[in-house]
Amino acid sequence: MNALDLARWQFAITTVYHFIFVPITIGSGFLVAGLQTAWYRTQKEKYLRATKFFGKLFLINFAIGVVTGIVQEFQFGMNWSAYSRFVGDIFGAPLAMEGLLAFFLESTFLGLWIFGWDRLSKKAHLASIWVAAFGTLFSAYFILAANAFMQHPVGYTMNVERGRAELTDIVKVLTQNTAVAAFFHTIPSAFLTAGGLFAGVAAWMIVRKRDVEVAKPVLKMGLVTIVIAFVVVGITGDWTARVMTTQQPMKMAAAEAAYDTKSNVPFSLLTIGTLDGAKPVFQIGLPSVLSFMSTGNFNGVVEGVNDLQAQYVKKYGPGDYKPNIPLAYWGFRLMIGFGALAALFAVIVLVGIRRGRSPSGKWFLRGAIALPFLPILANSFGWIFTESARQPWVVFGLMKTSAGVSPTVGAGSVAFTMIAFTLLYGVLAVIEFGLMIRTIKVGPEPIAVAGKADSDSVLTMAY
Amino acid sequence: MSLNSFWFVIIAVLWVGYFILEGFDFGVGILLKVVAKDQAERRAVLTTLGPLWDGNEVWLLVAGGATFAAFPEWYATLFSGFYLPLFLILISLIVRGVAFEYRSKYGKAQWRGNWDTAIMISSAIPAILWGVAFTNIVHGVPLAKSSAGVIEYTGGFFNLLNPFALLGGLTTFALFATHGAFFLALKTDGVIRQRANAVALKIGLVTAVLAIAFLAWTNHLVAKTDVHILSLAIVIIWVAALAAHRMGREGWAFLASAITSGLVVITLFAALYPNVMPSSTNPADSLNIFNASSTHYTLKVMTYVAVVLTPIVLIYQGWTYWIFRKRISASNIASPNSGVLDKIHP
Repeated sequence: MNALDLARWQFAITTVYHFIFVPITIGSGFLVAGLQTAWYRTQKEKYLRATKFFGKLFLINFAIGVVTGIVQEFQFGMNWSAYSRFVGDIFGAPLAMEGLLAFFLESTFLGLWIFGWDRLSKKAHLASIWVAAFGTLFSAYFILAANAFMQHPVGYTMNVERGRAELTDIVKVLTQNTAVAAFFHTIPSAFLTAGGLFAGVAAWMIVRKRDVEVAKPVLKMGLVTIVIAFVVVGITGDWTARVMTTQQPMKMAAAEAAYDTKSNVPFSLLTIGTLDGAKPVFQIGLPSVLSFMSTGNFNGVVEGVNDLQAQYVKKYGPGDYKPNIPLAYWGFRLMIGFGALAALFAVIVLVGIRRGRSPSGKWFLRGAIALPFLPILANSFGWIFTESARQPWVVFGLMKTSAGVSPTVGAGSVAFTMIAFTLLYGVLAVIEFGLMIRTIKVGPEPIAVAGKADSDSVLTMAY
Repeated sequence: MSLNSFWFVIIAVLWVGYFILEGFDFGVGILLKVVAKDQAERRAVLTTLGPLWDGNEVWLLVAGGATFAAFPEWYATLFSGFYLPLFLILISLIVRGVAFEYRSKYGKAQWRGNWDTAIMISSAIPAILWGVAFTNIVHGVPLAKSSAGVIEYTGGFFNLLNPFALLGGLTTFALFATHGAFFLALKTDGVIRQRANAVALKIGLVTAVLAIAFLAWTNHLVAKTDVHILSLAIVIIWVAALAAHRMGREGWAFLASAITSGLVVITLFAALYPNVMPSSTNPADSLNIFNASSTHYTLKVMTYVAVVLTPIVLIYQGWTYWIFRKRISASNIASPNSGVLDKIHP
């Protein structure tokens, strides 16, 4: 493998890994804030115990999310210096804003929340988790706006002399529909992810009859979060698909393995293509559904991969403009499939627990254990799809990925760092998974009824 | 002042913040096993950083992001050029952050001991490497215009490990260690405070020797009046820090070491200006605040953002320091030898 392939693999590995933890963190921050608000309002002990218990799970994930995020910011310059030079005038701004607005908020107020139980008033302490949670939203918005520029560059002009894209309209970059749609698609999926984690853990506790009074309200909160989030994800997914069809028709065609331009295109449930991706061999599909998904009209015309390839050759010069079609096709379906599976489970259990009934049984337990993983898989496949099906472009229509790699960094260096990051991330995954499982097994701590005399000298929270 | 100069100052300010804040974090990490012997002491030491370290590290992320936004050519050349040192810093910061959060989850001595060793090593590596990196930047590294017309780093990893850079690395290492000791003297009580005060003087004197050698070398290299004056100020304030320490004025000692850490950055940036990365091979191939910068429009947008947000950040981050101003001692740690995950609750 050459430096380019290695740098691409490194980006894929570190980014997919980072994004396992990001949605958990974003969603969990809000759910924990919700639990603490319930405690603040009702003073019921079960909500306090739930806040502290799920707060621990949240923080175990947050730690890895934070430290792997540093790599994300550095690797643009390290492995993709040509890309950084090309887009820095535009792409750097949202990154800097993310740090200044979001990272400071998140880290400072989360620090206050973790260590502030006995240092802040109840109100200020509750406010600190809410501020940290909203900080994660700012972070998501800026980075999605930066990514949207790669999907659909706007608000720029080309400076031929300096060989780079230059910012002309920051408002356009931050408010274009690609960014807005991505934000409203990504944030509810983060809620779906956290809902899956919370509901899965709570369901397991109920089956095992551990702290059932703590788990019950969390199960309901988690399941309702999943269902609402899934509906929103579906609506904004539909919006995202339409934006994508107009801006990156090749991506939609690849998602569908639609090789030829047609109207009344079916939504393919299974397509087997020739190995070179030039044409399908066998297809089963839902009639006209793809036409509707991408254009809002069952008779709509959907452009096919082969026609788009011909168009792009005319427009951008000779080259292969087809992304990896099986990856796009299956990434798209697995994203929807895993998300839908989580929502299906949530609906079944919600029906099952109405009027205070307790669910039980082997399948319920299996479902509960699988539940936290389903949205995580959906998130990963969604991003694998959206980034891989933009290829061969790193900035759509402006710069190819192959032109973005650092020219001075050799394959040996990239291979070395890629292996080291992968090994370290692997070890961290094992440790973090072990801590999560152990934390769940230990369960919510009893609330100490320690005398007031102690509370002054002993810290509620210490490392 | 042009916007290019203004953004050079902003980047310097961000690094000043980073050196002051994560500087003492690194120092505390480096000294962990030196000042804290048993579990209660270790946990007390780490708890002084607990609510602060993550916010401190954000100064680095913002410095990186701001460099990307304001001087993309600097960001690209520096990050791809200083590839392996930055990689080592990244690995360290990853291990360190996770170690803080995870080490006390279990009571087992081996689990904790391993994380403690990890904290010391992963604090020492960046404390050295930031010094190495900045010294190289100021000294100049092999840079040349590529066939594509961009200024690229043409050296290798070992070009970065020259004697001057290593001296710079040792200087920041000793400086941060002392800064961390002053921080602990101010933020802890009992035996930790005594040990921190005892070790502060020793490493403070080592720092003085290293810093004088380093500054002499820098001033020999860069003949600028402001660099001479700033270097002198560093020496004077460092002496003041040690004097305050001898008089038992822990607050003043920490303040002086904080100012010193900041002045080091200011001196290095003053030595650089108006370059951001001078070329040691051909001065014409240097990156400066003009040929490395973003457009005027981007700088203007970022100026509004920075001017509005930075004061707010400073206010609430400062407020956090005020909230957690109390000294912490080993006696504040409840059941120091057990971790929250040790036993299953009924």
